[in-house]
Amino acid sequence: MAKTSSRDRMNNEINAGSMADIAFLLLIFFLVTTTIVEDKGILVKLPIWSEEEPDITKLKERNVFAVLVNAQNQLLVRGEPMRVEELKDFAKEFIANPTNRPDLSEKPTKAIISLKNDRGTEYGTYLSVYNELKAAYNELWNELAQKKYGRDYSEDMPYAYRKAIREEIPMVLSEAEPTAFGEE
Amino acid sequence: MAKFSKKRGKAKPAISTASLPDIIFMLLFFFMVVTVLRDAELKVKVVTPFASELTKLEEKSLVNYLYVGKPTQQYQNVYGTKPRLQLGDKFATVRDIPLFLEKHKVKLPENKRDRITSSLRIDGEVTMGIVSDIKTQLRKSGQLKVNYSAKKKAEK
Repeated sequence: MAKTSSRDRMNNEINAGSMADIAFLLLIFFLVTTTIVEDKGILVKLPIWSEEEPDITKLKERNVFAVLVNAQNQLLVRGEPMRVEELKDFAKEFIANPTNRPDLSEKPTKAIISLKNDRGTEYGTYLSVYNELKAAYNELWNELAQKKYGRDYSEDMPYAYRKAIREEIPMVLSEAEPTAFGEE
Repeated sequence: MAKFSKKRGKAKPAISTASLPDIIFMLLFFFMVVTVLRDAELKVKVVTPFASELTKLEEKSLVNYLYVGKPTQQYQNVYGTKPRLQLGDKFATVRDIPLFLEKHKVKLPENKRDRITSSLRIDGEVTMGIVSDIKTQLRKSGQLKVNYSAKKKAEK
């Protein structure tokens, strides 16, 4: 075969010496443009917009966990001032009500958390309050999942398991229209 | 002393650089995968607050970003120091949100549209007034999946 012999003769090879330089160039470009930002946050499902305000006066008072945050970033939980650090444990106790106290929720499915803030509240405070309330639910879900299935509650769990847990302890967090007393 | 010089003279140390491109390519691919190309220049100062109950945002193409914070130094004489909303790469008002959401939506296939998440990157010092307005506007536009961007709090 003449063809092959000619190929052999030419012994062609692309010079790969500059490959490293090209790769370096690209590497440096990506190094400079990179921002290793972990996009994380608190996932929230907002309620569907409706013109009329939900009526919470029909609910029994013992089932409502009212959290108010004023423009000075102070908390009022069920009529008592409280620090953010204490909120999680109190919320957990309220939802689960292990000792069947008459002033806490009848059962987890009936518990409702009502969060109300002012237009002057700092967003950081609002988010930490929200975070604590979510943490309370997360811990309760974890405890229930450990008891039922022997593992922590997580997104990797089978959907049926998650659904069963969410049905037993549903997260009901209602956010009222903020007040406008404070300075924005 | 002679011993040393003799040895040096004899050996021809040459490290093979043939595998260098491979190593560089490996690094290159790592950075290419990790990189999140910044789509918009930030015109507001955003320092997100700390939180512990975090969820990771999965598909980047299904996320639209809303930034809220004080305008940075160079924009302060035009836009003042009040917290402002930034959509894409320009300042906007709450009324511009529906159009912004719609523009993002039409680029996506229909079966993915209900999984769109809005990432609210809000500075911790902003007051809730503007945040509530944004939330109301999002609810009115039917964008209910929202992610309050936050940094991981160190465990106590």
